[in-house]
Amino acid sequence: MNSNGGFTVQRMIIGVVALAALLATPHFLSFHHQDLLIFLTINVLAVCSYRLVTLTGEWSLIHAVMMGVGAYTVALLVNHFDLAIWFTLPLAGTAAGLVAALLCFPLLRMTQFYFLIGSFAAGEAIRLTWVEFVGVFGGTSGLRGVEAPIVFGIDFLDPIPYFYFSLAVVMLCLFILYRIENSRVGLTLHAIHWKSALAESVGVDAWRYRALAFIVGSFFVGIAGGLKIHYLGSVTPNQFTVSFMVFILIWVIVGGYNKFYGPIIGVVVLTIFDESIRSFEVLRPAIYGAMLILSILFLPLGLESVPGKIKSWFGVGSPPPEPPLSDQ
Amino acid sequence: MAILEINNVSKQFGGLTALDNVSFQVEEGEIRGLIGPNGAGKSTMFKNIAGFQVPTKGSISYQGQSIEGKKPHTIAEMGIVRTFQETTLFQELSVFENALVGTHIRARSNVFSAVLGLDRLQQEAASEKVMEVLEFMGLIERKDQLASELPLGSQRALALSIALVSEPKVMLMDEPFAGMNGEETSHMMDLTRKVRESGITVVLVEHDMKAVMGLCNYLTVLNFGQVLAHGTPEEVRNNDKVIEAYLGGAK
Repeated sequence: MNSNGGFTVQRMIIGVVALAALLATPHFLSFHHQDLLIFLTINVLAVCSYRLVTLTGEWSLIHAVMMGVGAYTVALLVNHFDLAIWFTLPLAGTAAGLVAALLCFPLLRMTQFYFLIGSFAAGEAIRLTWVEFVGVFGGTSGLRGVEAPIVFGIDFLDPIPYFYFSLAVVMLCLFILYRIENSRVGLTLHAIHWKSALAESVGVDAWRYRALAFIVGSFFVGIAGGLKIHYLGSVTPNQFTVSFMVFILIWVIVGGYNKFYGPIIGVVVLTIFDESIRSFEVLRPAIYGAMLILSILFLPLGLESVPGKIKSWFGVGSPPPEPPLSDQ
Repeated sequence: MAILEINNVSKQFGGLTALDNVSFQVEEGEIRGLIGPNGAGKSTMFKNIAGFQVPTKGSISYQGQSIEGKKPHTIAEMGIVRTFQETTLFQELSVFENALVGTHIRARSNVFSAVLGLDRLQQEAASEKVMEVLEFMGLIERKDQLASELPLGSQRALALSIALVSEPKVMLMDEPFAGMNGEETSHMMDLTRKVRESGITVVLVEHDMKAVMGLCNYLTVLNFGQVLAHGTPEEVRNNDKVIEAYLGGAK
């Protein structure tokens, strides 16, 4: 499970250069693209937290709504109690985690396809609560007037400082998610995915671990939702429909869900691609759809598998070992 | 006192009776064989003991404690671990990681200590235990290979290793010799003896009569869900009812 510690100096240099590039990026972008960069950063957290949920082999359709739970929590906390962002973000995650914990009891009685449908139904129920309870959640027009926080005299309405802030939050969350995946807990989640019965036979309580992945994944996407609403200033039920959920799925699948960084590549590449075909106007959805089909047909393991393929075409490095044909 | 006691266990699936009033005891430290023709209920018996199925009637007790109806992970924690028919492994994980999953009971961690690295000592101890068992099972050179890349004999040895690192008191082995050639079978027999010598009680379901007769000190024969005979391999071999069940009455 551990990454090899080779070339640590080289890795550090690459890391520093990448970070510097990231920090410099917003200064070269238009205002519109700065907005997009912030949402991209937040979506990175959405896809990475979703990956944690899928580690046990269960794909849910409720992740987008969990992001909404975090978003509504922030809107309510800011509007009613005027809480600072240091409190609202962890509370947004906690609220999403709590909702997930309650939903574990009905939802985790199901697996596979039934879990997928069940999670969709539960998600819609939550989303319609926001629509119907107008007094609390503001109905279809949602909650407005979530003022951008001012931290240490810096106004987060300005995209550049808010990008830095959300980048820091997202990187911290990604670090934690990475640590979980590469720990004992992550190994157990993988084990449940590949052979649940075998894991149980050596004492793994599969239900508890599936619940854990679901709750922790929801916690982090709740934070992502909170980050989004602090910047946008308003929240509506339409931001977290199943079509946003489908985008999360597409990003994860196109990026490749076998590696931690796969979904990150997916969301970054597809967001940039989508933006770069903006000038095609009406053709844009068709081009985007065609790209998706092509990438799934030709890269079933996702964009993450591209470097390995190129290497093997040019004979660089050793190809993956062939499985033995027979046991004799 | 017997370490495992099966008392009048019945298991029905709708109208089908898979186990019918089965009783037997397993003494600590023995290698017990559970044999019988196909469909006799041997695997069903295992699933009921290990908690993957709940008996319709009867009781199962382990070290004097009733365990029927408990969940598989709870039973595993109490000290009964099963292996599976065929090669049930985490195919996509390495040999080392496969065995590491087996250390769950003693090395489990929570999210907080995993993130903060507070479980390091515990995990190091688990890795040491895994290396020790892989050495014992002759898999140490293959520890970084994927489980799916191993030849059959090594896959079975790995399945045994996963069970072994969990430090069970009773090991239920479901057809560990199926599909093996002569050399692999005798290697597996040695391994099974070593497991018993390390203080683990073994119950095994097996069709390979040579292996069963060579390994077990006591046999329980099932037929159509009922206990047909008990005895030492010698007694069972000469039991008329057993011969009839296996050969269909041709005497």
